Amino acid sequence: MPAIEVAGLRKRFGDVVALDDVGFTVGAGELFGLVGPNGAGKTTTMRIMLGVLAADAGEVRFGGDPIGYLPEGRGLYPRMKVRDQLVYLARLHGLGINDACTAAERWLVRLGIAHHRDDEARRLSLGDQRRAQLAAALVHDPALLVLDEPFAGLDPVAVDVVSAVLREQAARGVPVVFAGDQLALAERLCDRVGIIRDGRMVAVGGVDELTGGAGTRLRIGLDDSAPGWARGLGGVRVLGDDGGATLLELVNGTDEQSVLRAAMAAGRVTEFSRHRPTLTELFRTAIGEGHGR
Amino acid sequence: MTPAGAVRLVAERELTLRLRSRWFLLGTLAIIAVMAGYVLLQMSAGGGEGRSEVGFAGQASVLGDRVTAEAHELGLDVDATTVVDMAAAHDDLAAGSLDAVVSGTAAELRVQVAGELNPRLRAVLTELSRQEVLAAHLARAGVPDPEAVMAEANATRIDVAAIDAVGTGGDQRVAIGVVVALLLFLSITAHATFVAQGVAEEKSSRVVEVLLAALRPWQLLLGKVIGIGLAGLIQLVAIAAAGIGLAAAAGLLTPSGVAVSTLVWGAVWYLLGFVLYAALFAIAGALASRQEDAQAVLTPVTAVLVVGVVAGFTLLIVAPGGTAVSVLSLLPPLSPVLLPARIAAGDVVSWQVALAVGLTLATTALVGWLGGRIYRNAVPHTGSRMALTTALRGR
Repeated sequence: MPAIEVAGLRKRFGDVVALDDVGFTVGAGELFGLVGPNGAGKTTTMRIMLGVLAADAGEVRFGGDPIGYLPEGRGLYPRMKVRDQLVYLARLHGLGINDACTAAERWLVRLGIAHHRDDEARRLSLGDQRRAQLAAALVHDPALLVLDEPFAGLDPVAVDVVSAVLREQAARGVPVVFAGDQLALAERLCDRVGIIRDGRMVAVGGVDELTGGAGTRLRIGLDDSAPGWARGLGGVRVLGDDGGATLLELVNGTDEQSVLRAAMAAGRVTEFSRHRPTLTELFRTAIGEGHGR
Repeated sequence: MTPAGAVRLVAERELTLRLRSRWFLLGTLAIIAVMAGYVLLQMSAGGGEGRSEVGFAGQASVLGDRVTAEAHELGLDVDATTVVDMAAAHDDLAAGSLDAVVSGTAAELRVQVAGELNPRLRAVLTELSRQEVLAAHLARAGVPDPEAVMAEANATRIDVAAIDAVGTGGDQRVAIGVVVALLLFLSITAHATFVAQGVAEEKSSRVVEVLLAALRPWQLLLGKVIGIGLAGLIQLVAIAAAGIGLAAAAGLLTPSGVAVSTLVWGAVWYLLGFVLYAALFAIAGALASRQEDAQAVLTPVTAVLVVGVVAGFTLLIVAPGGTAVSVLSLLPPLSPVLLPARIAAGDVVSWQVALAVGLTLATTALVGWLGGRIYRNAVPHTGSRMALTTALRGR
């Protein structure tokens, strides 16, 4: 039973189709990463989930309330003190003044920006602003977290802090949806990912399911071979070159031994291994296919 | 969070933000200082017309008390001194410490001045001379009691009935009207601009997206308008209180029903005008994608207002009771500035006030409805400045 279900979202801006049948589900306590290149429709999807923007078609089913939202890049009053903003937002979400102050202080400490509590937001470094914005998304104990590029502009230490916080929230049962383009991070952090391109979902699933579900891939290193030796081979699809090695995908149960024989015929085999694709490779493949179409 | 609670929180933030800003305090003090300067100017100008230092020399020395008494009747305070040294008196004339030196006999007065003789002093002295000549002729003609005849003649008063309400103190009231209009104009435009800037700031910083996760667009806009409007009202009341206090202390204004009604109507029209302009300016702020853009969108709106108000001011001073200023003051965008000025000047009839209030409220309702719609559609829009028609259609 998904905690939040996004189904059949469509949205046009004038002649531009921003979203075309975007859908995914996120379970309670699940970390879901929405990944895709710039302009793919991540932010539009999130703003529709939040209710800031209305979809032309489709729906977002979410029973809970409230939502914690981290907009892309900005999201704080530049000239308001960080602590005052957190208290204000918490109170807008219905917390009493004392609870709001306690929660603000807790998140300032947790995210390591307590020393900035009385500084105006614009005085903070970009990384610290991002932490303050995350605090603003969390300060009212939301039942759903929607985060647009939460890791952009963060140093490695901050990435660890934020990752830990997101895992913690998921462990509390909060569904966490975040958009990003740092795939390695998404692969490490997420239970499930959705890859979006040109407003369409290209792939949705568990990280293991996606990376393991592709056909068997082989990585073959050859010395003294003519480039493109594998192109004439039957039963395989050439995915590309990877640091002097060739990446192949077996099609329809092609026997890998026959591929090895073909490789040995083409040159001296220095490497022959099964390859499990990273999310980044999957993503590149998915995006590349889209542009070739 | 109840809708009212959300609106209150937003209004609270806006109000404390304004009240804590040092520009609020500095701006208020600056306006009060300008007003104090104006009062001082009026006082010194008044001193020039209402007071006169007159030196009496030779035979004329005996006339000092009579001239002082007669001049007082005409509203002129004469400070009479006796001149012994004519050369010194000339120097005093040149230096401005004496306004006139009177010499000669009562029937043949000679007056020396630096430039021009104060017209009221001229009238007093001329009258005195005439009376002397007349009394001498009456005595020579054998009239038994020339003093009694003169006293009877002097006791004659004409009865004046004003048919125009502006009547007595009209100038003073027009002046108050102009000051009121100026204050309202400055206050309404300044605070409506804060609304536009606030809306644009929330939009460009994307705070609005975070806020809209917690409340509805109309709650956010209403709270903002109420908070900023209250800040403006507090400033205006402080300025008005200081202004009335200053003017009363300087004796330029007798605190009266006029002052009270001016203040009350000023506050009412500030609120009416502010809400109308806040709604209009909020549209500009919502359409802009950056704060700088808001100014560009606002310029045409402000320009229309300025032209109307300047025309109204001029008419108010030149022809306070005229038809043109009446018509202008009934137009909703100008009413909030011009109508209270006319109320202060005392040349407005109650049906016009009622009509202007009604028209302004109707216009505000319309602009408010449009503004709410545009705000709702335009605020989540990112990227370039948004076209008005797109914002209205709601994409």
